[in-house]
Amino acid sequence: MKMELIQPFINAADAVLSQGLKSPMSIDNLSMEAEAYRRQGVAAVIQLTGDIEGRVVFDLAPKTAAIVASHFAGTEVPESDDLVREAVCELANQVIGNAVATLNDQGFHFRVHPPELHTSEHGPRSTEDTEALVLCFETASGSVFMNIALRYNASLEAKSTAAGH
Amino acid sequence: MEQFAAVKRSKDGQPVRYLIVDDSVFARKNLGRIIEGFGGQVAGEAGDGLTAISEYERIKPDIVLMDITMPQMEGIEAAEKIVQKNPDARVVMVSSVGYQENIVAALQRGARHFVQKPVKPEVLYEVIKYVLGEDGTVASAAGAGA
Repeated sequence: MKMELIQPFINAADAVLSQGLKSPMSIDNLSMEAEAYRRQGVAAVIQLTGDIEGRVVFDLAPKTAAIVASHFAGTEVPESDDLVREAVCELANQVIGNAVATLNDQGFHFRVHPPELHTSEHGPRSTEDTEALVLCFETASGSVFMNIALRYNASLEAKSTAAGH
Repeated sequence: MEQFAAVKRSKDGQPVRYLIVDDSVFARKNLGRIIEGFGGQVAGEAGDGLTAISEYERIKPDIVLMDITMPQMEGIEAAEKIVQKNPDARVVMVSSVGYQENIVAALQRGARHFVQKPVKPEVLYEVIKYVLGEDGTVASAAGAGA
């Protein structure tokens, strides 16, 4: 996975989290994951199709999710409230939407699908061409994990190769 | 939250009525909280484009705040259908997917403006005033939410 694909997601996460939480955030850890995705807490997944395809997962520990939801809602949201899960989906939607906007302006075209709650304990195992990058953002409200598994669309890549690009 | 002077309808001084369209309950609640801070009233909500069209016909809001990425029917198509039937409809797209292509498509198909998520209340406030034009008036006293 090329850094040119990842950087817009990092920038978008920084912008959305910093604005929503009204405090700066930093990247605490960055790693490649070959194993199947294992959910940490409240997780939302967004699928992308088009020139670039794959999925991005946002994952927060339940307590962190409740704190983040409360910040974004401007009022206290208890851990058990459905709004916490809604907030994580909306957070994912905003970060990925902003990243996609940047990538689209760079010439990549794709469709962002509505966020879905990731409820199973494990996700699909990464493959060689969809290796997952796991980013851990440290915020004042706790850790926010972003798991990105994207690849260039195979048919477009083949066309590009055939055309000698 | 920052205080905003209330924006009212010029014709009768009543609160501006909004239809909020977003598949996220959380996003709808947040937008509702913001527009109430402008002295507005949430007249209706919808979670997809199809429902937005029927809700528009039912409540005839002053402004529609419309997300783009939604199930069943996306926001740009819903905006186009609303405006085709109601040329005076004021639809403001509110989406995180704010790339040039999307913005142009939305404007070409009838939306009046575009606001990028995460929504900054001060930005939405200015857009609302712009979109209402002479049909909106800003109350002189601050504290719209009061």
